[in-house]
Amino acid sequence: MADTMMPNSDGAPGWIRRNRQALAPFLFLLPGVLFFLFYVIFPILQSFNLSFYRWDGLGEPVYIGAENYIELLDDRAFEVSIWNNLKWLLMYLLAIPAGLAIALFLNQNVVGIRLYKSLFFFPFVISQVVVGLVFSWFYDPTFGLLNQILGFFGLGTLNVLGDPNLVTYGIILAGLWPQTAYCMILYLTGLNAVDPEQVEAARLDGAKGFKMLWYVIIPQLRPATFIAFVVTIIGALRSFDLISIMTNGGPFGSSRVLSFYMFEKALSEYGFRMGYGAAIAVVLFLIMLLFIAYFLWSMYEEEKGGR
Amino acid sequence: MKFLKGTAAGFAMVVGLAASAQAAELTGTLKIFSDMSNPAPRAVMEKMAADFDALHPDLTVELTVIDREAYKTQIRNFLTANAPDVANWYAANRMRPYVSAGLFEDVSDLWGEPAIADNLASTKGAMTLDGKQWGVPYTYYQWGVYYREDIYKDLGLEEPKDWEAFKANCQKILDSGKKCFTIGSKFLWTAGGWFDYLNMRTNGYDFHMALTNGEVEWTDDRVKATFANWRELIDMGAFIDNHQSYSWQEALPFMVNGDAAAYLMGNFAVAPLREAGLGEDQLDFYQFPVINPDVELAEDAPTDTFHIPSGAQNKEAAREFLRYVVSADVQTEINSGDALGQLPVNASSSVDDDEMLNQGFDMLSANSPGGIAQFFDRDAPAEMASVAMEGFQEFMVFPDNLDDILNRLEKTRQRIY
Repeated sequence: MADTMMPNSDGAPGWIRRNRQALAPFLFLLPGVLFFLFYVIFPILQSFNLSFYRWDGLGEPVYIGAENYIELLDDRAFEVSIWNNLKWLLMYLLAIPAGLAIALFLNQNVVGIRLYKSLFFFPFVISQVVVGLVFSWFYDPTFGLLNQILGFFGLGTLNVLGDPNLVTYGIILAGLWPQTAYCMILYLTGLNAVDPEQVEAARLDGAKGFKMLWYVIIPQLRPATFIAFVVTIIGALRSFDLISIMTNGGPFGSSRVLSFYMFEKALSEYGFRMGYGAAIAVVLFLIMLLFIAYFLWSMYEEEKGGR
Repeated sequence: MKFLKGTAAGFAMVVGLAASAQAAELTGTLKIFSDMSNPAPRAVMEKMAADFDALHPDLTVELTVIDREAYKTQIRNFLTANAPDVANWYAANRMRPYVSAGLFEDVSDLWGEPAIADNLASTKGAMTLDGKQWGVPYTYYQWGVYYREDIYKDLGLEEPKDWEAFKANCQKILDSGKKCFTIGSKFLWTAGGWFDYLNMRTNGYDFHMALTNGEVEWTDDRVKATFANWRELIDMGAFIDNHQSYSWQEALPFMVNGDAAAYLMGNFAVAPLREAGLGEDQLDFYQFPVINPDVELAEDAPTDTFHIPSGAQNKEAAREFLRYVVSADVQTEINSGDALGQLPVNASSSVDDDEMLNQGFDMLSANSPGGIAQFFDRDAPAEMASVAMEGFQEFMVFPDNLDDILNRLEKTRQRIY
């Protein structure tokens, strides 16, 4: 009896000891993975599930199949939101060349350059809410600076935030202000890493001006461009605070994007259609997934090339 | 104390004993969650809680005041998870989600008591869903046209009694280079106020209620008639330009500066207008005029309320608190000019001596035979209200889109109800 007991009681620690090397990384990963599963993966699955129900957040959820999605197909506000999201995605990318231009301009050694750099970076530091407020005053149809300037040149008035055709561009412009600063700072650090010898060599070969920029500098800025692209795309898809502050989705819903529409339907004062909001969230997630997959894929390729 | 005044000492002893015997029954704590977070309402709520606490020595009143806007979303959480004994909310269809989810206590028994049944009859309808009452009101206020008395006087205008005079006045104001009405429709509900009045004056209270209850098609000719009347004003240029960019507060300066002559608003606009410098002889009020003489006048008078959550711990004390809130003396006190500055819900209360409140009280008690509506976004279900008010805003900017808007509203109606 005693002989058979011994190996049994020793079996578990023995197994752990034998596989220590393989187990350790998983143990270190475990807390992170658990949090990720619980706070990210689980809610995503929950949203998918919820999008097949009708639920006001209080009573019992009712299973309605794909009805929420069918309704989405026919929902004009949803259509407007998708188009606006597309506008955001495309226009927001302007922050990348604009940031590069400012970074190139600031990448020089003159007295007080640090001060200028920080002044250019300033809009990124202030809250989006403040940016939104400042721009809505700027656009104000009666007292705003924009209309004072237009009035000075006798060009009449322009109610940017009250015009359904202009409003989204007006908000994107406000969003570009801090986003450009962000891209600028990414490029400034990128420019520090540009190899001076390569620049020297290119100069000897007679490269200058735009050719120098396009063939020598920009390829070396690839990592910075990649990060700038990622944060800009994510920033465009997350555009919520500016819309909420500047127009509240208006006029008559023409500046909504998916994230704002989801909030309105699920969580705002007149909302509480949790299932419908979840369906919008799923669509937004799928759009994001396209980009996420692309980012992961290109990062994977890069790692492979690096080895 | 007021109660004891003027009573014989011996009798006071007996009453005092009786009162303390009754008070002794209320023990424990009474948790109140309130959305009265603006300075004046907050002071009122705090005083009410303190007075009620003093009245019942064995009872501890715990008051939590939550920001009015944040409250609208938080109520869903605390009603299900951590219910207080008393909570603020609004009347009519705004109660519907909580009533159907069984989160509000049925307080029909309170409404059966003569003190409440006799004195609060006028607001009973607003508190009733499915034939039962789900709370008590504590204040309400009138809507109507607040106008610049001095501008009207300068132009030789009088308070209009009918639609023709209303439009003729407006034309004269426009001819003088001003706008007739200021409005800020950024947050949509202000346009809902205009729709309420135009529809109740064109088609009457019963039709308006049927429409907000989803019993009438939005593409109905009677609805179109309402919009046709509205369009007359829009085509005249009666409203300020770019109203879709302003909140209701941001629209106030147009009236203060004299760029616009009037504002269709609730009585809560009076305080900021007076603070902005408009004096007694500059600001006055009139009832929205008759459009269709065949329908009875009806008014908007949104009512704010107290409810007992069904998960409350101390329902006995909560009921007593509701009785206390609606009692005539408390109503007089909390609705006075230096407190809430609104109208008391108890018919035996007295209205504070304020020009606007007196006019409002007379209007609602004597000149609103058609009925009293809550407000568009409280009478209609939340979802219908948000889609419809967005349509109203679009209509005010692009009146030509009307057919498209009405078709959209009709589609929404068919889905919601």
